[in-house]
Amino acid sequence: MFGKLTWSAIPFDQPIPLIAAGIVAGAMFAVLVWVAAKGWVPYLWQEWITSVDHKRIGVMYTLLAIVMLLRGFIDAIMMRSQQALAFRAPGYLPPEHYDQIFSAHGTIMIFFAAMPMMIGLMNFAVPLQLGIRDVAFPTLNSVGFWLTATGALLVNISLVIGEFARTGWLPFPPLSEAPYSPGVGVDYYLWSLEISGAGTLVTGINFVTTILKTRAPGMSYLRMPMFCWTALASNLLIVAAFPVLTATLAMLLLDRYLGFHFFTNTGGGNMMMFMNLIWVWGHPEVYILVLPAFGIYSEVVSTFSRKPLFGYRSMVIATMAICIISFTVWLHHFFTMGAGADVNAVFGIATTIIAVPTGVKIFNWLFTMYGGRIYFASPMLWAVGFMVTFVIGGMTGVLLAVPPADFVLHNSLFLVAHFHNVIIAGVLFAGFAGLTYWFPKAFGFRLHEGWGKAAFWFSMTGFYVVFVPLYVLGLSGMTRRLQHYDVAQWRPWVLIAAFGIVIMACGAACQAAQLVVSIRRRDQLRDVTGDPWDGRSLEWSTPSPPPAFNYPVLPHVEDGEAYWTVKQRAREQGGLHEEPDYAPIEMPRNSATGFVCAFFATIMGFALIWNIWWLLVLGAIGAYATFVVFAWRDVPEYVIPAAEVARSDRANRNARREALAAEAARS
Amino acid sequence: MTIAAATAEPDDPYRIGHGRGGYGDSEATGHGAGGPAPRRIVTAYGFWIFLLSDIIMFSAFFASYAVLAGQTAGGPGGRDLFDLRNVAIETGCLLASSFACGVASVAAEGREPIWFYAAMAVTFLLGAAFIGLEVHEFAGLAARGYGPQRSAFLTAFFTLVGCHGLHVSAGLLWLLTMMAQVFAKGFRADILRRFTCFSLFWHALDIIWVALFTVVYLLGAGA
Repeated sequence: MFGKLTWSAIPFDQPIPLIAAGIVAGAMFAVLVWVAAKGWVPYLWQEWITSVDHKRIGVMYTLLAIVMLLRGFIDAIMMRSQQALAFRAPGYLPPEHYDQIFSAHGTIMIFFAAMPMMIGLMNFAVPLQLGIRDVAFPTLNSVGFWLTATGALLVNISLVIGEFARTGWLPFPPLSEAPYSPGVGVDYYLWSLEISGAGTLVTGINFVTTILKTRAPGMSYLRMPMFCWTALASNLLIVAAFPVLTATLAMLLLDRYLGFHFFTNTGGGNMMMFMNLIWVWGHPEVYILVLPAFGIYSEVVSTFSRKPLFGYRSMVIATMAICIISFTVWLHHFFTMGAGADVNAVFGIATTIIAVPTGVKIFNWLFTMYGGRIYFASPMLWAVGFMVTFVIGGMTGVLLAVPPADFVLHNSLFLVAHFHNVIIAGVLFAGFAGLTYWFPKAFGFRLHEGWGKAAFWFSMTGFYVVFVPLYVLGLSGMTRRLQHYDVAQWRPWVLIAAFGIVIMACGAACQAAQLVVSIRRRDQLRDVTGDPWDGRSLEWSTPSPPPAFNYPVLPHVEDGEAYWTVKQRAREQGGLHEEPDYAPIEMPRNSATGFVCAFFATIMGFALIWNIWWLLVLGAIGAYATFVVFAWRDVPEYVIPAAEVARSDRANRNARREALAAEAARS
Repeated sequence: MTIAAATAEPDDPYRIGHGRGGYGDSEATGHGAGGPAPRRIVTAYGFWIFLLSDIIMFSAFFASYAVLAGQTAGGPGGRDLFDLRNVAIETGCLLASSFACGVASVAAEGREPIWFYAAMAVTFLLGAAFIGLEVHEFAGLAARGYGPQRSAFLTAFFTLVGCHGLHVSAGLLWLLTMMAQVFAKGFRADILRRFTCFSLFWHALDIIWVALFTVVYLLGAGA
């Protein structure tokens, strides 16, 4: 009846996961009760869960990312503390649990923290920057988000029902094959990623179409803000790389479920094919993450230096060059696995070449700052911290790209330090910069600067205290993923790294405090004009938060800094442009399709993991029915009357007129 | 409206050869100056991007087939198993069904329900015949003990061909849903956009089949 699922799937004998799951479940239950008691369920359902508004979906993506970032961070604390205790001792995490923790840490951080963070910020900002009202396919956008949430949910269910994979963040065969990993851990991994990967793919398709086909009038390619360019490159990579991930994981699933021979030891299977296929997706994936981050830094550096971005065209070329070259370097992930010197040399050279466009970007940011009137608000601090730190990470990367050096350093903590160096400084800092930068646009009030700066300094210091020792440990021969060790000279560095994560935890606490303080003082931090940073791109011409339709009239873009031009003209003429003719606006109606479809996807994923076949059939029928119901609807849009559009825009115009007058009075 | 009037709008800026490269300034939207493209263009464009991603997924299966084709683990290879006559009939069915789908597109453009249903029914029958033949081939192989568990070659073969078969089966379900939609809602703009996507999907499956037919069956039977 319930397939492989029995009471023994719940780890009653292991206190740590059980207590953790109890706390998580208790917190979720408490939130649900609180929401229900306050009578917010209809509001949440109508305004958020069924929303197809790109801004709301962006906020939900970011929220998911923050929650999962905390989960992944707790895993990191457990790993660091285990290693601190496990010198000539077993520590407090048994190996089978420790292995699940490092696997879950990597999986969660990449797929459910970094990806949703970047996709969330793209969702929020890209349509606004392009001067349009929504993405090309709004309901599909909601489907993409909820499928991602399904994947995250399945990973977290594994905490209490069954187990998670012990195979690392990428399940290399033959270890991940059924004979060596007979439990459901790898299945949890595979089905969560198949489902969330489908969500990511539809998001990628959506954004490529949006950016290429639905820009505001006059917004030619070379007038797009840099974040739109990097979002385009990132989504092109999603469209080109994620299908490979889907196919590769499907092959492993077939091996595990039906006894196929793609990657097995027997029957002629070829496990090196898994390595090649997974890294053909895996290397572009790091650029999928870091390219939008580069875009965020470009926006932030330009805005807070009060200058146009230096070398815009070279930045575009560098972005697209990275987009293409990223598909030619995958083999550097397994130099040591016997491809031979010639092949290794080709991929080593390609890998060093990709550092060139990245270097171009760094110089462009530096030259943007050069001669600018720099304002060190917290987004700018994250950006400067990134530039310093990322250059170090990039250089250790080039070191690893040299095959002979890689033979010494591969699989060591040096590698671990390298990729955390580029991902934390590159992606995570960008996420925080973007959050602080666009937060007032999303919610109508700024985040508290003091707590933001404290968070930056703790995170930055903590990062170095954790990862510089890891570089040293890697150079002295410590391999990654050790549950315990007995080399005395490693011990001090491991302890320093463990201390560093305490500092990083202070940074996380500061960010939590920042959110609480900002919400409580929101009236003092209110963004009245909609342009709190004296911004340059179109999103700052809307009120904060923007109305559902974003723009009362689609803006006509005249040059590369669409809003700055308009603002300067207003400053020179001492007044706004004439009031436009307002017309009624058609907007897509909300739809529960995304949520319902993810509900059935969760059921199907769970049924597949536990081999409950009748439940799988039910889920499939439900999913098909959902699509038919969606396809059958007759009124896909609702109309916002012209009077409502005019009311919203006049309020915005009044606020800006007052700000303009105040500015003129000051100067 | 006649078919000719529906297909040859004089001011269609998306006509081939009418873009910037051909006649200088284009009125076409989605190129910058024009603002967002109309829904018809956006939908079909997005679906094309999906099809490209789907083709990339197939390319991963093609690659795995190419790697594993020689790994027969002492079992039979392509030359021993493939029945080209069966495959030729399959190919004929699928290509003819694409033609029928094209007729359905023309009928939809001309708002001719009878022709539309008839052409869609023919498309369905030919597609179903293709699936029937494929299932028959698979069942025959499995009955002789040459299922996908036998060797890595058969694993890759069943997966690649089966993945295409699953696409065709999903297409058949979509086809029936599409017919029901036209029956219930008529040739409404959103239904026609969806039908455009369906026909793109159906033709794309032909493209994949041509590659598959060549790489798997022709090269496999000859090797």
